[in-house]
Amino acid sequence: MRPALALTLALLPLSAASLLIGAADMDLATLGTDPQAALILTVSRLPRTLAVILTGAALAIAGVVMQQLVRNRFVEPGTTGTAESAALGLLAVTLIAPAAPIWIKMVAASLAAMAGTALFLRLIRRLPAREVLLVPLVGIVLSTILGAMVTFIGWQTDLLQMISIWLFTGEFSGVIAGRYELLWIAAAAAALAWFAADRFAILGLGQETATGLGLNPDAVMRLGLVVVAVVTALVIVTVGMIPFIGLVVPNIVARSMGDNLRATLPVTAAGGAALVLVCDITGRLVRYPYEVPVGTVLGVVGSLLFLWLLYREPARG
Amino acid sequence: MIEVQGVSHQIGKTPILSDITLRLPKGKLTALIGPNGAGKSTLLSLTGRLMALQAGQIRVDGSDIGTTDTRALAKQMAILSQSNPLGSRLRVRELVSFGRWPHHQGRPGPRDAELVKQALEDMDLTALADRFLDALSGGQRQRSFIAMTLAQGADWLLLDEPLAALDMAHARGVMARLAGLRDAGRSIVVVLHDINHAAVWADHIVAMKSGRIAAEGPPAQVCTAEVLGAIYDMDLQVMQVEGKPLVLHHL
Amino acid sequence: MDRRFTLLSLALTAACAAYLFWGLGASWQFVLSLRTGKLAGMLLVGAAVAVATVLFQTVSRNRILTPQIMGFDALYILMQTALVASLGLSGFAGLAAPVKFTVEVVIMIAASLVLFGTLLGRAGQDVARLILTGVILGVLFRSAAGFLARLLDPNAFAVVQYASFASFARVNTDLLPIAALLTCGAIGLALWVAPRLDVLALGRPIAISLGLAHDRLMLLALALVAVLVSVATALVGPIAFFGLIVAGLAHEAAGTHRHARLLPMAMLIAGILLVGGQTLFERALGLQSTLSVVIEFVGGLFFLWLLLRGRIR
Repeated sequence: MRPALALTLALLPLSAASLLIGAADMDLATLGTDPQAALILTVSRLPRTLAVILTGAALAIAGVVMQQLVRNRFVEPGTTGTAESAALGLLAVTLIAPAAPIWIKMVAASLAAMAGTALFLRLIRRLPAREVLLVPLVGIVLSTILGAMVTFIGWQTDLLQMISIWLFTGEFSGVIAGRYELLWIAAAAAALAWFAADRFAILGLGQETATGLGLNPDAVMRLGLVVVAVVTALVIVTVGMIPFIGLVVPNIVARSMGDNLRATLPVTAAGGAALVLVCDITGRLVRYPYEVPVGTVLGVVGSLLFLWLLYREPARG
Repeated sequence: MIEVQGVSHQIGKTPILSDITLRLPKGKLTALIGPNGAGKSTLLSLTGRLMALQAGQIRVDGSDIGTTDTRALAKQMAILSQSNPLGSRLRVRELVSFGRWPHHQGRPGPRDAELVKQALEDMDLTALADRFLDALSGGQRQRSFIAMTLAQGADWLLLDEPLAALDMAHARGVMARLAGLRDAGRSIVVVLHDINHAAVWADHIVAMKSGRIAAEGPPAQVCTAEVLGAIYDMDLQVMQVEGKPLVLHHL
Repeated sequence: MDRRFTLLSLALTAACAAYLFWGLGASWQFVLSLRTGKLAGMLLVGAAVAVATVLFQTVSRNRILTPQIMGFDALYILMQTALVASLGLSGFAGLAAPVKFTVEVVIMIAASLVLFGTLLGRAGQDVARLILTGVILGVLFRSAAGFLARLLDPNAFAVVQYASFASFARVNTDLLPIAALLTCGAIGLALWVAPRLDVLALGRPIAISLGLAHDRLMLLALALVAVLVSVATALVGPIAFFGLIVAGLAHEAAGTHRHARLLPMAMLIAGILLVGGQTLFERALGLQSTLSVVIEFVGGLFFLWLLLRGRIR
């Protein structure tokens, strides 16, 4: 439990920093007396910090689940077409029933995301098993193709602005109280993954092994799809797609702790939260008082980490 | 003559060759033998200027390979590596025609066409000349590549394990042709895995071990139980069959 | 063979004529001059991408790679942004557009040679890893460019960074003269070394054995690719899979590996696809600015098919 404890403790100063940094002036000392300061804290800073932590944790776990489903280390919902499928679902609902309540939109997005991920799983079944790196490659190409579809529809229907927020630049600057609560549901879905951690770990050993151990592989696969789809759909609607978290955090954790999911999932969650916090704080500080979107910061940090993973590891499964 | 002087080579911190000094005779068939990791392929690649020399000097018929123009060297020696995955889909004739490149640089003349025809005949490929390489058997492919090096018209032929992936009949066929080329005046250096091919066909054997020359000389001198046993770290027997050594490494 | 060439040339001429003259309304002089500029831009971009892709595939000895997949165009965007960032908005941006562009191209050549020269040298066997690296590099460069842009001017650069699709409708016409000069120069050079490229395609050991200055030629080819990609990206923006389609079709149409034939074929095919496609989309379908998205889509499907077929060799 040591790394989990250390990471969780690290989250405390990071969260504190996150609460304090922002465009508006807010002095903690005046919290008791100044109603303005308290307002900033409860309406803006606290929700934002919570949103960052929840997103980081949920995306990291969604990444782990994805990797167990696909049995490949180099995938995550952002690079397998899941996010783009969710966007397609959202588009469809927005076009067909624009006045539908938010929960219907979420269900539609999640179902679409599940379909997209299922398509990805079917596609990679045709690949030779030895070619480890072809899997993420196929995922990336699939997400590009789906992204082109989404962009085309968006262009034609003048919804491009919304799409670019969902898919292309995730950021937390728009998060205020009342706009981020859906992320708690994402966190709940991720927590579901922790309860089924052992099942996912066994699934990761292969269909035959899983069946031999008395598991129902298809049922676990469906559960995994639900987790991944729900987390992705909720995240992109609330803050937009944050790249690389689901990919680099689980890999880094696995390098030191292995794949015993029951033990590593909490660490992965804490690690994801910490990484996004650091990047978000960086984004807020480099050009204070302006903000660089966390998606951009992670685009740089995450890709560098990915390259490191790609070249340090002897590309094992 | 190929003169190798004081050549050393390392990859990272790992030494591959240590201070190799060697003279490869002209007009003869020389075989480079030795266990895996001995540095045979590296030495051949360095000689063929496929890799840059780190230390030492190599001269091919007087030309220093470090300073001589690469096109001039191509007229003196032709190298064939162990594996040659081609990017383009070529017919046999087209591949062999590329062998004339050092001479015509893209503008082939009648003499080139004739030499290509000759090379195809020498390697028994005339009937296959218009087939695609990927439609041929391993042996036929290998013969096509050798035909290309033939067409190059160089005095020296350097071949790295040309018999790998060939069945017994084709392997012997290739060695017989190389001997024929030697009789016709070319100088041949070939890295061989199978010691017995070297014992029978080579005029001169260079045995390497761990990046150094372990033994050198005619087969009768090198292919003895003591010398080979020391090089390959194993007990083996050597018999004489039809006046040539037969190494019983598999017993 | 030459019949195909003639047919394609005719098709291209027809496409250009259609683009220029179809639907000319009242103020035709103005519209015609506007269209001529855009047509020139499209032909340049098409030729540049076509030649760059064929060259790159020869150098990397793999038909599934393109410079864009490897992140060349993202590198260009990063170089552009970095130049502005380091030399100051007023100083650098104040230079005349052709001068600015030339400086960008020179730096792009240097950066590409270092980066992709090393990458191609090292990667060798593991093609999947090479492609994945290229894709990640593309994301890295694009994000870094976005990051720098935000640092420079947080307000003005509220742009979509990741998926800025190219638009063939709004060609950057003040760069046309310098772009034409560079493109023609680069393509001319490529055609001149075409026979040597044929030998390069045989692989490094054979090429060296035949006396080709292999490494020098490879670097030259990469430099040409850098120039051509810079031109294409500067004129219309990033286009990922167009080159893949063009190169694939060119190899089929040409029926030969010889670059002296392959390069002109590729240029013709690229022109036909772009001009014909844009005419179709603009005039017949009335869909502005979406040709590039469709190309991404089709090209992406083609790429996916290649991957799944295991043509990754």
